[in-house]
Amino acid sequence: MSARYFGASVARSEDARLLIGQGRYVDDIDMPGMLHVAFVRSPMAHARLKAVDLAPARAMPGVVAAYTMEDFAGLAEGPMPPMAPHPLIKQPLTCHPLARHELCYVGEAIAMVVAQDRALAETAALAVMVDLEELPAVADARAALQPDAAPVHLGRDSNLLASLHTQFGDIDAAFEAADHRLTETFATHRGGCHAMECRGVVASYDQREDHLSIYTSSQAPFMVRRQLANYLSRDEQTIRVAAPDVGGGFGPKANVYPEEFALALGALKLGRPLKWIEDRQEHFVATNQQRDQFWTLEVAFTASGRILGLKGHGIHDSGAYAPYGVILPANALVCFPGPYAMQAIDIRLDVALTNLVPTSPVRGASRPNVAFILERIVDKVARHLGHSREAVRAASFVRAAQMPYFTGGVARDGSRVSYDSGDYQVALDMVLEKIGAADFTTRQRDALKRGKLLGLGLAACVEDTGIGPFEGASLRVTPRGKLVIATGAAAQGQGHATMLAQIAADVLSIDMADITVEAGDTGRFPLGLSTVGSRIAVTAGNSVHVAAQKLRSKALHFASLKLEVGADDLELSEGAVQVKGVPGLKIPLADIARALAGTTGVPLPGGMEPDLAATAYFESSGVTFAYGSNACEVEIDTETGDTRVTRYVVVHDCGRMINPMIVDGQIRGGVIHGIGNALFERMLHDEQGQPLTTTYGEYLLPMACEMPNIEIHHIETPSPRNPLGVKGAGEAGTIPAAPCVISAIENALEFQLGKAAPFITHHPVSPLDVVEWLDGGQG
Amino acid sequence: MTAMLTLTVNGRDMSAAAPANMHLGDFLRHVLGLTGTHMGCEHGVCGSCTVIVDGQPVRACLMLARQAQGARIETVEGLAQDGRLSPLQAAFRDHHALQCGFCTPGMLMTLTALLRDVPNPGESEIRAAISGNICRCTGYQGIVEAALAVATRNEASTS
Ligand code: FES
Ligand code: FES
Repeated sequence: MSARYFGASVARSEDARLLIGQGRYVDDIDMPGMLHVAFVRSPMAHARLKAVDLAPARAMPGVVAAYTMEDFAGLAEGPMPPMAPHPLIKQPLTCHPLARHELCYVGEAIAMVVAQDRALAETAALAVMVDLEELPAVADARAALQPDAAPVHLGRDSNLLASLHTQFGDIDAAFEAADHRLTETFATHRGGCHAMECRGVVASYDQREDHLSIYTSSQAPFMVRRQLANYLSRDEQTIRVAAPDVGGGFGPKANVYPEEFALALGALKLGRPLKWIEDRQEHFVATNQQRDQFWTLEVAFTASGRILGLKGHGIHDSGAYAPYGVILPANALVCFPGPYAMQAIDIRLDVALTNLVPTSPVRGASRPNVAFILERIVDKVARHLGHSREAVRAASFVRAAQMPYFTGGVARDGSRVSYDSGDYQVALDMVLEKIGAADFTTRQRDALKRGKLLGLGLAACVEDTGIGPFEGASLRVTPRGKLVIATGAAAQGQGHATMLAQIAADVLSIDMADITVEAGDTGRFPLGLSTVGSRIAVTAGNSVHVAAQKLRSKALHFASLKLEVGADDLELSEGAVQVKGVPGLKIPLADIARALAGTTGVPLPGGMEPDLAATAYFESSGVTFAYGSNACEVEIDTETGDTRVTRYVVVHDCGRMINPMIVDGQIRGGVIHGIGNALFERMLHDEQGQPLTTTYGEYLLPMACEMPNIEIHHIETPSPRNPLGVKGAGEAGTIPAAPCVISAIENALEFQLGKAAPFITHHPVSPLDVVEWLDGGQG
Repeated sequence: MTAMLTLTVNGRDMSAAAPANMHLGDFLRHVLGLTGTHMGCEHGVCGSCTVIVDGQPVRACLMLARQAQGARIETVEGLAQDGRLSPLQAAFRDHHALQCGFCTPGMLMTLTALLRDVPNPGESEIRAAISGNICRCTGYQGIVEAALAVATRNEASTS
C-alpha cells in the first residue's frame, strides 16, 4: 500500500461546492407545498402555564395551523426520552416538545404556528395569547443548592440533579505526606456554540409510504431518529433523518431538540412539509449552552513542586433540564488528574438545576474547564514555591516511560483510564523553545518602552479522544468503477469526506476524484452515533481503513480466480487489479464490480459473495489520548485594560495525521474559540433568569482584528490503540487555550505588580478586571 | 404590498416580486433561489449575508429588497466564471480558508470588494476588511492567508 494521500495536506473535496454557493444547508431545502413554522416561547424563566389561546393566531392571514402539545394527543405524549440515561438520575428530566403546564427557562417552546411564509408565521406567533403565573426563578447554580432556594421545577424537592464523585488512592496519606497545601476557588464560564448556521429542521411526511423524513442541522442524526422513533412509537425504518451541509456544530447540535420533535409531529398531523429555521435571538435562548462550573479545590504538593493530590468539590450548572443526562459533569471528573501523575484525588461535583437554557457540551465539553483549574493550580504552586511554571509541570507530569499510564480514575464506561502514548515533557520543552521563552524578558522590557505590558502564558493538556463504541463505514465500488463510502458519522465542516477518502484511496489505489462520501444520513447507512468528543478520525477513519482492506482482498481474490494468478502476485493500481510488474495484465475494479453484481442464471466465480463492497465497524480498543503544550504572549494596554493575544504557539500530538492541513485548521479554530472563552464570551442572565446577552453586540465573539496567527508544531506518536495510529484533534485547540491566555495575563501583572499581582481564578477576564487589578483591586 | 423589482444579479437582468418587508437576503435566497448567500444573524453583525451592491459590500440582511430596485448585485454564485473558480476562491481552497462553509460567501464577497479597491492589501488591511465577518471555524488565519496570496499575485502581475 503506497501512502499517496495519508499524511498529505490534500485540498478538501468539500470545498469546490461550498465556494461557489452550492452548499445545501437546511434552509436551502425547498419542497412543494412547504409551510413555515415559528415558535411561541416562554418570556419568563419560571412560570405556570395556565392557558394558551391560539385562536387569534389561527385567524391571521396566511396561517395554516397552530398547535400546542394537546393538539398532538394521539400521536405522542409526555416528555422527550432522555438521550443518555444515568443511574444517578433517578427521575429523567427532559422537556416536552411543546410545554404543558410549567415553563422552566426563557425560551422554552410553548406553541407553534404554521404559515405560508416565515414572516407570517413569526407575526402570528406574536398574536398567540399565553396566560402565565410567574414563579420564583433560580438563575445561579450556587444559589440553586442553598437550602432556601426556590424549586426550579414545581414538585421537585431539591435542585440537586445528581452528585458525582471521583476518587482514587489514599487522599489522607497524600495530604499528610505533602510539604504544602493550598486551597483555591474557581469560576469557569463558557458560553454557547455560536455556529454561524443556527439550527434548522425540515420535516415531511409521505402518507402513502407512511414515511417521515427529517433534515436537521445536527451532529447526531442517528440519535434524532432513535429518539424520535421511540417517542412516536414508530419503527426506525419508517423515519429517515439526514444532516445535510451543516454550518458548524461545536457540541450543542449533538443534542436532540424539542423543535425536531415538534416539526415531526406537525408534519404528521398536517401532512405538509414544514420548515423551521432558528434565528439568532432564538439561538441564544433555545440552543443548549455550557455556562458555569464553580470549583473549590485543595492541592497537596512537595517542596520540590511535585503535585501529590487534589481534593474538593464543584458545582455544575445543568440548566432547566438534563436532556443529555450528566455527560457534561461526568466528563469533568474524568479529566482529573490531567497530564499530572498524582497519588490520590477525591473530588465531588454537584449538578444543579437552574431556570436557564439546558447545558450540554460545547467544544471540549468540560475538558477546558478542568484544564483551566488544573493549569491554574499548577501556576499557583509555582508562585507559592517561587519555582518556574515549567519546573512544577516537569516535576508533576506523567512520564513517557510510564505509558500506558493508569491514572487511577475510571472512565464513563467504567473502564480504567489509561493514557496510551506520548511524551508530555518533550511537548513542553518544544513549546518553550518555539515561543522563545529564554529571551522573553527582553521582549517584556522592550514592550514596556512602548507602554505595553507583556505576559507569557503556558498551559499543558491531555485529552481523551476517539471514544467508542463505534462509527461504521461501508465501501462499495460502482459499476463505473467509482468508490462510494457511506458512514453514519455526520460532518459539520471538519473535512470528513476528504479525510475518509484519503484513507480509502491509499488502500485501494483509487484516485481521490473517483470517491464520494455519503455521511450523516440514516437512509444511506444503518447505524451511527454522534460527531462529538473528537472521535470520527479514530472511529470512522479506522472503519474505512478496515473496510477498504476487506474490499481489497475481495477484489484480489476475484482477479486471482480470473487471471489464474496467486493473490500475492497481484496488486491494486489506478483503479484496477494487475499482475505485479505486468501493467498490461489487469482487471479494472469496474469490471469486478459488474461481475459481482451478478447475472441471472450465471454463478459467481468461485462461490464468491456478491457485490464489490465491504462494511466495517471498527471497535476501538481503548480511548486515545492526545496531548500538548501551548504558550502565548499577551500585550496589555495599562490605560484601557485592552488585552491582545499577540503570539500563540501550539505543540500537539494527535498521533499520525491523516491530513495535516485539516488538523491545523481544527486546532486553529479551537484555539480561537478558547481565546474567546478567556477574553470575550459571556452569557449573562439577570437574577430572574432573563438573558442579557442575546445579540452579537452584547455577546462578543473573537473577530479577525483581535486574533493572532497560531503557530503549530506536531509530535506524531502513533496511537497503539488503532490500526491507523490516529487520535482526535477537533477539540485540542480549545482545551488549554483559556488557561494559557489567563496565565499570560497573570504573568504580565506580576511583572508590573510583583508579589501583589492577583492570582486569577476566573474566566473570561474583561478589560475592566485588568484595569482594576492594575489599580490594586480584586478584579 | 408586493411590488415588482427589476435589478441585475450576477450580470443577468431579473425581475421578481418582493413583499415590502422582505430583506435583500431573503429575496436572493427564497425568491431568486440564490441560496449561496447565508443568513447568520440577521442583525447586521456576522457578515455572512454580504453581497456586492453597485460595487460596495453590503449586508443583505440590513437592506430591504425594494431598495435594490435598479441595482447591480453580485453574489457568491457569480464569482466563478465558466466553471473556473476566481483567484480568491481558489486561494480559499488552497489555504484551507473554509471549514463548514457558512461564513464563506460573505467572506468571499467582502474580500472580493476589497481586492478590487486595493489590489494588494497587507495583512492588517485584510483583517480590517473582514472585521465585520464572523467565522467560528477557521480562526481567520486561512482566510487572511488566502487573501494575502491573491494580493501578492496581484502585486507581481502589476509590477
Ligand atoms: S446575517 Fe447579515 S450580518 Fe449577519
Ligand atoms: S467556515 Fe464555518 S463559520 Fe467560517
